[in-house]
Amino acid sequence: MRRALWVLAVLLSHWRRHKMQFATLLIGLIAATALWSGVQAINQQARNAYDRAAATFGGVRTAMLVAPDAATFSQELFVKLRRAGWPVSPVLEGRVQVNGRSVRLLGIEPVTLPLDVGNAPRLGASDLSSFVAPPGQTLVARETLGDLQEAEGAAPPISSGAKLPPLRMQPQLVPDVLVVDIGVAQRLLNKPDQLSRLLIGKPKGKPAPLQSVVGDQLQRVEPNAETELERLTDSFHLNLTAFGLLSFFVGLFIVNSAVGLAFEQRLPMLRTLRACGASARLVNTVLVVELVALALVAGLIGLVCGYFIAAALLPDVAASLRGLYGAQIPGQLTLRSEWWLAGIGISIAGALVAAATSLIKAVRMPVLATAQPRAWQQRQRRWLILQSGAACVVFAVALLLLYYGQSLIAGFGVLAALMFGAALILPAFLEVILLAGQRFARKPLALWFWADSRQQLSGLSLALMALLLALAVNVGVSTMVETFSRTFIGWLNGRLAADVYISTSDNAQGVAIRSWLKERSDVRAILSGGRAEAQVQGQPVELLGLPDHALYRERWPLLETAPRAWTRLVPGNAAFISEQLSRRLNVRVGDVVEVPAPGGTWELDIVGIYADYGNPKGQLAVNVAALIRQFPQTPQTRIGLIVAKENIPGLITALQTQFALDDRSVADQATVKAESIRIFKRTFAVTSALNAFTLGVAGIALLTSLLTLANSRLPQLAPLWAIGITRPRLAAIELTKTLSVALFTSLLAVPLGLLVAWCLIAIVNVKAFGWRLPFHVFPLQLIELVAVALFASLLAALLPVARLARMQPASLVKVFANER
Amino acid sequence: MLSIRNLSKTFSSAGEPVHVLRGVDLDLKAGERVALTGESGSGKSTLLHLIAGLDAADGGSIRLEHTEVTKLSDAGRAELRRDRIGLVFQQFNLIPSLSVADNLAFQARIADRHDAAWSKELVERLGLGGLLKRYPEQLSGGQQQRVAIGRALATKPSLLLADEPTGNLDEATADGVLALARDLVARTGCGFLMVTHSLHLAGTLDRHLTLHAGRIA
Amino acid sequence: MSADRISRRAFAGGIAALATARRADAQGYAGLGETADGFARVTPGKLFSFPADHGPHPEFRIEWWYLTANLVDSRGAACGLQWTLFRQATQPGPQGEGWADPQVWMGHAAVTRADTHRFNELFSRGGIGQAGVTATPFAAWIDDWEIKASERTDDRTLAPLTLKASGPDFSYALTLEADPPVVLQGDGGYSRKSERGQASYYYSQPFYRARGSLTIDDKSVDVSGQAWMDREWSSQPLDSDQTGWDWLSLHLASGDKLMLYRLRQKDGKDYPFGNWISAAGNTQLIAGSDIQMIPKATAEIAEHKLPVEWQIAIPSRSFSIACKPLNPKAWMGTGFSYWEGPISFAGTHDGVGYLELTGY
Repeated sequence: MRRALWVLAVLLSHWRRHKMQFATLLIGLIAATALWSGVQAINQQARNAYDRAAATFGGVRTAMLVAPDAATFSQELFVKLRRAGWPVSPVLEGRVQVNGRSVRLLGIEPVTLPLDVGNAPRLGASDLSSFVAPPGQTLVARETLGDLQEAEGAAPPISSGAKLPPLRMQPQLVPDVLVVDIGVAQRLLNKPDQLSRLLIGKPKGKPAPLQSVVGDQLQRVEPNAETELERLTDSFHLNLTAFGLLSFFVGLFIVNSAVGLAFEQRLPMLRTLRACGASARLVNTVLVVELVALALVAGLIGLVCGYFIAAALLPDVAASLRGLYGAQIPGQLTLRSEWWLAGIGISIAGALVAAATSLIKAVRMPVLATAQPRAWQQRQRRWLILQSGAACVVFAVALLLLYYGQSLIAGFGVLAALMFGAALILPAFLEVILLAGQRFARKPLALWFWADSRQQLSGLSLALMALLLALAVNVGVSTMVETFSRTFIGWLNGRLAADVYISTSDNAQGVAIRSWLKERSDVRAILSGGRAEAQVQGQPVELLGLPDHALYRERWPLLETAPRAWTRLVPGNAAFISEQLSRRLNVRVGDVVEVPAPGGTWELDIVGIYADYGNPKGQLAVNVAALIRQFPQTPQTRIGLIVAKENIPGLITALQTQFALDDRSVADQATVKAESIRIFKRTFAVTSALNAFTLGVAGIALLTSLLTLANSRLPQLAPLWAIGITRPRLAAIELTKTLSVALFTSLLAVPLGLLVAWCLIAIVNVKAFGWRLPFHVFPLQLIELVAVALFASLLAALLPVARLARMQPASLVKVFANER
Repeated sequence: MLSIRNLSKTFSSAGEPVHVLRGVDLDLKAGERVALTGESGSGKSTLLHLIAGLDAADGGSIRLEHTEVTKLSDAGRAELRRDRIGLVFQQFNLIPSLSVADNLAFQARIADRHDAAWSKELVERLGLGGLLKRYPEQLSGGQQQRVAIGRALATKPSLLLADEPTGNLDEATADGVLALARDLVARTGCGFLMVTHSLHLAGTLDRHLTLHAGRIA
Repeated sequence: MSADRISRRAFAGGIAALATARRADAQGYAGLGETADGFARVTPGKLFSFPADHGPHPEFRIEWWYLTANLVDSRGAACGLQWTLFRQATQPGPQGEGWADPQVWMGHAAVTRADTHRFNELFSRGGIGQAGVTATPFAAWIDDWEIKASERTDDRTLAPLTLKASGPDFSYALTLEADPPVVLQGDGGYSRKSERGQASYYYSQPFYRARGSLTIDDKSVDVSGQAWMDREWSSQPLDSDQTGWDWLSLHLASGDKLMLYRLRQKDGKDYPFGNWISAAGNTQLIAGSDIQMIPKATAEIAEHKLPVEWQIAIPSRSFSIACKPLNPKAWMGTGFSYWEGPISFAGTHDGVGYLELTGY
């Protein structure tokens, strides 16, 4: 043990003399761990939230009994089942309006509630009594308490006039839900002795068959392993994960170059150690221990950084997920211990992977071979050929995936292979350019410039590869985001045709509002809409009822249409289909879709395809009157109004005071539009932030590579200085060299980035969201990015070059003194 | 103490076998100081490396005290170097990131044979007292080689092996360094085998052997 | 004494905790020592009326229907079982309907053999029919556990009855017969629990003959033996400084029955009490000063030290026995835990019975 500590002390002494190299190693590990674990924290937070939502008092995570028509049923069935040994617990669900806001009301029975019903609020024994005994309690999430603008302990009335039990905050609860005792829920919802469903707990024996107890009045619904929300949001999280991985690899590039260099520099030290009698096993073990210890320290720092990154990004992520999928993610970051362990693990694993080649070299190192640092330069040519060969293989894989891949993962696979291949081929590409430059060089200094750049290539290639990847991703993502935002705003302008939108809490209020509106002279037209749900070919599909109004014919955007599409919609036997659904069902204009309706199958000719960006559900748009004929239960709660611009504010205020509607239930077009745009911008805010992080990490990679190279380059520079080139001149040449290599890399990144954008738009988006955007190139943006990359390279090169310019002549002389 | 019998070693160069050692016999008594000369490529360094266990022999035997070096495993040879052999190289091979004091101590530390009094004496005799906090790059060649000799002798080895220890030093410095080494060897009573190309230096030791065509002439 | 541990006769169980607005300094064992404000008080001189008193008394805070049986299977192996229904009112005053009913119910069931002890518990709110008790015809149930009268049932003897309960790994079904009428405990059914007047109404049917089947891990055996039912209700049965009790019901070989308990107080003084019931059903109270209950061996279960073996003597009756448990691990690890299991005894008298230890 003492021996090992001594060897460790000797190995560590290297870092004391090479502080920059040490910092590089740590920065690489920290960056890799921070970005990776930051993204993981966000994903974990979101998944926990889905779990919570799904498990809220036995959501889809618990097996349950429901009436076949999904209506409420008599409480007697609950007692019958309990008395037959069924471990069921009753739930009643409905909606109530509180302070003008519509929220879900959930009635539960805490005494029979199965313990394994999920991680949503566990009531302590003492809480139970206050929950059950009058006046009872209304459990509510912190966010909802804020939305309702009520304080804890308040007992606000619902629209019927009845009062809720006093509100009590439950931090673990999902938002937009009020939880009360089952008896209270029955009273508030005016459904005495009625239940919505029965949750099934762990059976204690062998209960009688369901049929024999309740006949066919109830049917069993098995729990879903994966929730709807998880399926919908998978693509979004895959996106984040891909970015996390990319950053992780860029970080590992840094680690790899730092460890590689440190190893080369420590080769003589390792040999001396071995010559002095430290056994190979001891030295190798200590090398690994050193690396793991460093990874541990860096991993911890990285985790703390990752936490802050996640905390900073989370509000945007939460907003995106809410806007896109209606998923509620709490804005407060909570982390499990697994996250910390996984973070440390990934840091150590990453360090070991990045150092693998160096470690293997150390293990195979013979004691005797005379120390030859940087011998790998002689193998540069072979290395270039090998790496280019590997790149070709990776490109072939990308092509195969492109042709045969169907899934979103395959889409990301194409992207990954494309970028990896490009990174591999980059050194060869640069070598060709530099060789050409060397061929055409006339002056001796220029010749040296090109030749020396080539020699530097192997030392810089990893950093340049990182730069290429970061830049290409940046180009790709910016192009996609820009394309998206333009397309989306145009689409939104056409789609939001009415001037004022009203969403009523129920049909009765809808009728009341309509008749009130008819009396008003400032309302030019009332456009009723409606939505129904149906299952088409096993998929949940939304049926959107469109009013027959000239405004829609003029402005509603369609991607493809049959002749006289709008006219054909009116009789009710034709429909438009959303792009997502048309892809999913493989339906084109002219095809027929069969929709199961209460009155029998509803056959719809598809006469148009429309873009429906951001909607996770497939949609069919039909005439609203026809929809209500086919689905009489359709809630008629959506109303659009055509109003002269100057009358809008007055009308909205009147509606709000007359019907106690909150600003979610009535809004003007401009507000809705602004809100939609805001949500969609935030969707990509995370992407952009990660993008910037990645570019930053690539910049660090470049900086650290240059810094580590700077020291070893003195022997190459000293002779030039000796023959009379001044230090500032040398520094300028060095700077030019770095910038030109970075420029070549950036120029290569542009076409690669456009290819990435194409992949994102044509493959990933289509698979993830179901819609495809037109492909646009934005040259100004590209120029900007190349400039940013060059600026980053300039910053990275500046420090080592400045050191060179200020270097004491003695240091340069020493190069000769040391040459023996 | 050191007894070598019929030692042979063959390298292959460009596919052709090169017989470097073809049956070397050599004996060295405790406290005896022997110089080994020979033309370039005669196998002097190879012989030294084989004795130190830095490389494996193809045939013959090397017996150091009661240990048959050729029969040791890699780890066994490392242990032999650590505990019983001191090595001095032409390139000094100090560890650049360790101070003089740490360089002096580290083999003894690894061998777990650190002896404070002996270390102090070594520092004094080698005249390194004022240099302990410096780093190797801040020392002259002669100073560096004195540190290397100190490191090799800090464990009180049975055998000190030196491979052209003065090759990088000027003549006056070389004489001084070697004189120090001779004294210290006498002080510890260990055996001393030095490879050199300098006949002058070879003459200052007890015995002078010449390696020729793979054998001791 | 931790307010979290429960007892038995003090139903207090899980529900006590969920029901009453409990304070951190809840008094006495499992909150049984809480004051009875708003609930009906137990006073001497009540005239019992059957079948009405077989049914629930919601104006009192707590109540239970508690049955234990000492049985032997067809191969002669001893076993025991427990069936208990606890009622607790979460608040005094007028009774609401449906979910607003303030009663909460808890069922405990257990079977004990020398080599195993299985138990289960159930909870239910009152008012909707998931659990409850009716006097005519007599029925007590929670979920699919029940004790039920038949057309032949006599209100005086509370027999015959059928009984069933189950858990994930056990179930049982028994029929119970008895000849003597139910026995009023204490002073005509008024059972004092402390010198300051804490008391309960308490009667028993100790003369049941039991027959039926018992299933453990899907293996079913026929069993027969004797059973004992206790009926007790109160609003504050324990004094605030009483920490728990040791309670025994003994079936003597002679056909006589003996009920013994000892209420433990914080000051170390105990409040022992006994009732000797002759085979014909005549009762004779035994003064506390005449009862010696000495704990012998203890068993340690889940960090509780439990005196499962006892030396008991009543010198005035030349009664001296040593009690041993059938299974010292008869721990009821329910939400509120206690020890309850069959015992056998020998000495001046032989027989079997049940032992209950609470508040340890």
